[in-house]
Amino acid sequence: MGPPFSGRGVAGMSETPVLRLSGISKRFGDTIANDAVSIDLARGEVLALLGENGAGKTTLMSILFGHYTPDEGTVEVEGRALPPGRPRAAIDAGVGMVHQHFSLAANLTVLENVMTGTQSLWRAKSDTASARRKLAEIADRFGLAVDPDARLGDLSVGEQQRVEILKALYNDARILILDEPTAVLTNAEAERLFSTLREMARQGLSLIFISHKLNEVLAAADRVVVLRGGKVVAERQAAATTKEELAELMVGRQVARPKREAGKAGDVVLEAIGASLVVDGVPRLSDLNFQIRAGETLGIIGVSGNGQGQLAHLVSGLSAATAGELRLFGEPIPTGVEALVEAGVGRIPEDRNTEGAIGEMTLWENAILERVRSRRFSKNGFVDRAAARAFAATIIKDFDVRGGAPDRRTRLLSGGNMQKLILGRNLHDQPKLLIAAQPTRGLDEGAIAAVHTRILEARAKGAAVLLISEDLDEVLSLADRIRAIVKGRLSPPLAADEANAQKLGLMMAGDWNKDSQHGEAGHAL
Amino acid sequence: MEILDIFASAGLWAAVLRIATPLIFGTLGALLCERSGVLNLGIEGIMTFGAMAGWLAVYNGADLWMGLLVAALCGALFGLLHAALTVTLGLSQHVTGLGITLFASSLSYFLFRLIVPIKGTPPTIVPFQPIDIPGLSDLPFVGPALFTQTAPTYLAIALAVVLGYVLFFTPLGLAVRMTGENPHAAEAQGVNPITVRYGAIMAGSALMGVGGAFLTLSAFNSFFPTMIQGRGWVCIALVVFSSWRPSRALLGALLFALFDAYQLRLQTAVGKAVPYQLFLMVPYIMSIVALVVMARRARVPQALMQAYRRGER
Repeated sequence: MGPPFSGRGVAGMSETPVLRLSGISKRFGDTIANDAVSIDLARGEVLALLGENGAGKTTLMSILFGHYTPDEGTVEVEGRALPPGRPRAAIDAGVGMVHQHFSLAANLTVLENVMTGTQSLWRAKSDTASARRKLAEIADRFGLAVDPDARLGDLSVGEQQRVEILKALYNDARILILDEPTAVLTNAEAERLFSTLREMARQGLSLIFISHKLNEVLAAADRVVVLRGGKVVAERQAAATTKEELAELMVGRQVARPKREAGKAGDVVLEAIGASLVVDGVPRLSDLNFQIRAGETLGIIGVSGNGQGQLAHLVSGLSAATAGELRLFGEPIPTGVEALVEAGVGRIPEDRNTEGAIGEMTLWENAILERVRSRRFSKNGFVDRAAARAFAATIIKDFDVRGGAPDRRTRLLSGGNMQKLILGRNLHDQPKLLIAAQPTRGLDEGAIAAVHTRILEARAKGAAVLLISEDLDEVLSLADRIRAIVKGRLSPPLAADEANAQKLGLMMAGDWNKDSQHGEAGHAL
Repeated sequence: MEILDIFASAGLWAAVLRIATPLIFGTLGALLCERSGVLNLGIEGIMTFGAMAGWLAVYNGADLWMGLLVAALCGALFGLLHAALTVTLGLSQHVTGLGITLFASSLSYFLFRLIVPIKGTPPTIVPFQPIDIPGLSDLPFVGPALFTQTAPTYLAIALAVVLGYVLFFTPLGLAVRMTGENPHAAEAQGVNPITVRYGAIMAGSALMGVGGAFLTLSAFNSFFPTMIQGRGWVCIALVVFSSWRPSRALLGALLFALFDAYQLRLQTAVGKAVPYQLFLMVPYIMSIVALVVMARRARVPQALMQAYRRGER
């Protein structure tokens, strides 16, 4: 590997770029994914490739890595053209790729994942000793510690990503491409990733990371290239641009996330009284006491893995409290998903692909999935397709589900549009209680603004909203009151108007008992 | 004869090894295919064809070892067909495998009838003879129990060790396992999953062919179209039982053979008091029980039964 390089932001220097993409074009049928894209990358530089979903970022990187063959254009690494469509050639030239959906095998060990394909297949014995040594050296050098003998499937997502990066470095990558690396990470894991990236750049590696998150682009990159509709629309030094400017460049128009206006809270809709949940003998939620009133949003923040998922499941009727109870309008909450939906509870689950919608089914099927037995969508035991299709069509129109038609398969929708479908299904009949778990995870700016608008609308019309999110900006702009969840316990509430990053940080660290004014009894808000 | 005394007879243990041999070959073959991500339900037919082809070669004057080789080559050819259909064309692995079983079984009977005209008694060959291992074969009890086998039986046991070594200690084995877990990851590391799958299926099917040929060249001395009798399906179950590990596949095959050998002797021991069909069921019931116990912890190759296409995820 090259000598350590200490500078950052070396773009524009006269030295040959480490990587040069010139005039890359790629079409899929009628769709132009990349249109004459040219990008240079310098040694020791961190370049962010910013763009909305569908802007062509991933296609471009797949071409660079040899997964796709471009229709036009060339890829040069250190002045030498790469043969198109050959991943091995890209690896040999020092290009490493960290995929959004990791290319790893869950049943193999870390070392095995890293070693695959690195030694001649006809060797009589794998040289694990030297592989182990090399892996340890790299891990040490970049601060990427992972147990080489751990089974990959037993690692956390953040650790798996570290393995994916190690794999690229093990292949002597000097150019590392990361496709939406933070999409699956918690905030803390993302922070750690960015410091690793900086360290790698400091040691002379060149990095491209693909993202549609403005905060992280500004925090981690030297230079930002903005893609829109398959074209490069702008290029900025990170130090010389703003979040607002990038948002506008990326979306092509001004976008502003909507903000909550003061509202008037009504009657108590949802109340938890000492609700606890024990799963397999492990307490996941302990003694939760909270209320949400009509026209009010309660935001739950916290580092992921502290019980958010269980809380969402509990109030969505997917699991029952093992102690304590939940009350809806003063009555014990009905059991079972169907009864909940009938009672006016709308649910936006944490993972839209596994819990929200079934990709292989059509939009109309997904639109009525939660109430297939309701009189509205069935007649004499048969699905009333006409009514279901009409319902789906209404959602598509009212909620601007782009690319949607009642009979299309749902997996053809982008993430944002799938989320709009799920929102529409729940908000069409104005729910009395809306449970939104990570409602904008993985969405781009345009879609986030649309989802936020809808959630605020539901609240303005009198819904009680439970918002569970890791995105502090989101919670601050939507919620009236904020609680943190830490190890299955809820902090006392904090009015959003009094909240600031420091207070929220302390709350998320579980540091609320020291603050005596929050020492109030549990369910008095 | 007392029911437990059966275990004290050297004959039982000798029979266990003999009965286990075709199962070991078949299970290792199916295991190799599945480790690369392809289920090969063609096994029942491939074993039948191997039994026929190996026997026919020897019947026509070939050496016994040449007979095994012919069976292996025929197996590999059916493997090539399975690979072309499931890997290149990406067809359903279940349906293709069952199709190959029907095709290969019928074809073996057809060819057999074509080449060997019907006579009163089926024609025979001189099969593999037990090898006398100096020192070991003469030991009391252990000698007759374990060391009176024919050469292919020892070969089968050695193969389990070799396959285990290849899978877990060589770069090639790692490439095969990675292909069965995540072919996209294999591809990203410069391993061609298509080549790996072709190779694994052909080699695995060759082993299935040899497993079938053991029946006609060692266990018996003639060919019957129905002689495989579901052994292929037992192998498929044994692969799951083994958690896709050759060492446990060997153990599983021996265990199944033990039940089978035991029930045969139990039939004579108990006599007509109990219908013999009940005893016939014993090994199968035991294998279902064993599967229930073992398979819950099994780590299935993650890409098993998933067609691989480049650029698609």
